[in-house]
Amino acid sequence: MDPRPKIETRNLDFFYGSKQALIKLNIACPEKRVTAIIGPSGCGKSTFIRTLNRMNDVVAGSRVQGKILIDGRDIHGSGMDVVDLRRRVGMVFQKPNPFPKSIYDNVAYGLRVNGVRSRDRLDETVERSLRAAALWDEVKDRLRENAFALSGGQQQRLCIARALAVEPEVMLFDEPCSAIDPIATAKIENLIQRMKNDYTVVIVTHNMQQAARVSDHTAFLMLGELIEFGETKTMFTAPSQKLTEDYITGRFG
Amino acid sequence: MTKNRLRQLKERAVKGFFFTHGILSTLVLLGIFALLLYTAVPAFRDIRVGEFLTTKLWDPTSPLKPVYGILSQIMSTLLVTAGALVIAIPIGVGVAAYLSDVAHWRVREIVKPIVEILAGIPSVVVGFLGIVLVGPFLAKISGQSHGLNALNGSLLLAIMSLPTIISISEDSLSAVPQVYSEASLALAGSRWQTLVRVKIPAALSGIIAAVMLGMGRAIGETMTVLMATGNARSFPTSFFQSVRTMTSNIAIELGEVPYYTTHYYALFAVGLVLFIMTFIVNLIADVVLRKYQEREL
Amino acid sequence: MKKKTFVQFLGFFALRVCLYLVLAALLVILFDIGKKGAGTISWEFLSKPPRRGMTEGGIFPAIFGTFLVTIVTAVLAIPLGMFTAIYLNEYARQSRLTRLIRLSIRNLSGVPSIVYGLFGVILFVNILEFGTSILSAGLTLGLMTLPWTITASEEALKTIPNSYREGSLALGATKWQSIRTNVLPYALPGMLTGTVLGLARAAGETAPIMFTGAAFYLPMLPKSLSDQFMALPYHLYIMATQHHDILKVRPLAYGTALVLIVLVLGMNMAAVVIRFRLRRKRRM
Repeated sequence: MDPRPKIETRNLDFFYGSKQALIKLNIACPEKRVTAIIGPSGCGKSTFIRTLNRMNDVVAGSRVQGKILIDGRDIHGSGMDVVDLRRRVGMVFQKPNPFPKSIYDNVAYGLRVNGVRSRDRLDETVERSLRAAALWDEVKDRLRENAFALSGGQQQRLCIARALAVEPEVMLFDEPCSAIDPIATAKIENLIQRMKNDYTVVIVTHNMQQAARVSDHTAFLMLGELIEFGETKTMFTAPSQKLTEDYITGRFG
Repeated sequence: MTKNRLRQLKERAVKGFFFTHGILSTLVLLGIFALLLYTAVPAFRDIRVGEFLTTKLWDPTSPLKPVYGILSQIMSTLLVTAGALVIAIPIGVGVAAYLSDVAHWRVREIVKPIVEILAGIPSVVVGFLGIVLVGPFLAKISGQSHGLNALNGSLLLAIMSLPTIISISEDSLSAVPQVYSEASLALAGSRWQTLVRVKIPAALSGIIAAVMLGMGRAIGETMTVLMATGNARSFPTSFFQSVRTMTSNIAIELGEVPYYTTHYYALFAVGLVLFIMTFIVNLIADVVLRKYQEREL
Repeated sequence: MKKKTFVQFLGFFALRVCLYLVLAALLVILFDIGKKGAGTISWEFLSKPPRRGMTEGGIFPAIFGTFLVTIVTAVLAIPLGMFTAIYLNEYARQSRLTRLIRLSIRNLSGVPSIVYGLFGVILFVNILEFGTSILSAGLTLGLMTLPWTITASEEALKTIPNSYREGSLALGATKWQSIRTNVLPYALPGMLTGTVLGLARAAGETAPIMFTGAAFYLPMLPKSLSDQFMALPYHLYIMATQHHDILKVRPLAYGTALVLIVLVLGMNMAAVVIRFRLRRKRRM
């Protein structure tokens, strides 16, 4: 009954220098569903999500073992170009990171580096992306203003719009709400739920209620190991592992 | 696929471009040391290293027997530098403490760029002032015929090293965590006690680095000492004596020396000693400063 | 309690005196040179060559020479310095080797200018056979400026948050695209400021050019980069110490000193203005 997996990891190990951050992870994220990654801080959830678009390549001394497949193709394979990969796999970071440019230029950034010059196409994409991120009505009269003038929650939705503009297939969220207030958080959660109609979403969160609210599947990591993976509903009502139950009921974390 | 290939090639070309410049700079800058060493070494075919460093007399043009000893020059450099530091350290740290602890932030914002102006004055202008202002003044108070002596050089070098000492000391005083001073103030220490007993000790490594950098600048300064210290080739015994530092000696003789003679090589050997001295001083400052900044992080 | 306040009063007073001493030194310098130099400055002084064994006339050849040599310095130091900084900060792996390179570069910025002069004599004048010329002197100054330019440019690049780079990469920009469109535009004001400050210092230097190309007196302006040249700082040195009638030419020396100070401080100010302007532009 599950749709086919969009992203699959097979025996994924990750090292920072000699320190192993991920141990033999086997996780499959179904297509057009929201998969949440939860776990106590330092469990490797951010590291995990950053391996999916190879953002960890940048970190000196890092090393990956095992396989990550997207649509069945190895993202470290020889035919895979990291730039192409990142265009297909968008990412929203923990802290809103708008560029010090206008709102318009922020959203158009990904298209422009991709070689799109057509004014009409840029205009059209900027509007569509901002609408999709539920930000259009708030900013449509001030697209030329600097993005730093927006509130934290607006900035994060701008970052979502910016990622959507390059039309990715997968959206990765690395604790997207940890730096913003509850009302803005609710807006972003709404967005994520609507997004699964078109995208495969993976979200890292330390907020279990958030995972329960937005996700279809949940993976629980601890110290780099996968403790439990399954449907969110099942996991939050009848976890199969003692550790998961302890974590979910707030006995540690 | 070919589009990707093209993009990867372009990326690699750009990286190669910057890499080439990085390597070029590094090689050239390391080449300075290598070439200096290479040109200084032939001097020691005719001069013994021990003699070179411990002989007071420098008389390369003697018709009987040329003598190459740089002890007087080293001592002159150290004397003038020490004098400069004795003047510049208390004043520089005092100004830094005033700016970080006493002055209103508006005063600080105005004074800091003004101090930077001092750093921007070319050394030849400072040397000129040594001749026209400080020299006559020193001559008057000492009763000598002219005031071109070690003290003149020290006064000028003090002025030149002040901006470095002030700005780095001020940075390190300002970087002392607020909680330190708050703890002291909470124990009914006055602001003065807090400054002297808590903040200055906490910022000490930064202040030491500042002093070392100021010292490096003083040791290597050429035009100022060349113009203001009189350049007599004697062993220095007092601040009111005319002295010739290592830098002045190179500046005076390099213009007249025939290329590729022992004298020529010997001047490069003096330069090498100077290079090593300043490099060590700067290295110490750098290590102290980096360690200190890492701790701040 | 009373004693405590009194000590504090005395202490703070002493600190204030330190500040006044420094400000007084600066004022005396600027006032003395400003006052005595201003009397010499005229259109003729700025636009004419020296006459009658440099006892009369102007300093135009020295201004022109300093201008030329600074251009050579800039052509060497600016691109090489900026590109090296970009390599070190954006591309190089942060290994022990890069740390060592960085450390050497920082320390080379403290090497005495006369040592660069010595190096210029061996490499440019003798080995490469550029002779004593604008080219040799400019390249020598360029090498002296290089460590400052690299360090200042790298500092400027370091102030750009990593999230600009990561954010751009995550959108599928290549590394160079990220640097070009999302790092350099914001680092450039700082890089330029540091570079212009370095050039200002180079323009005021004497020791590195004394033996690599600066001349006592030249009847004609240089025609090519392989000619010798007159330079403001060296001219001041000559007029202050080497001239046969030092007291008579003192006003000319004061005038030269004033022009040199105005030039160097003007470049400093330009650097600050560049930073201020570009920063404001970025903010809107």
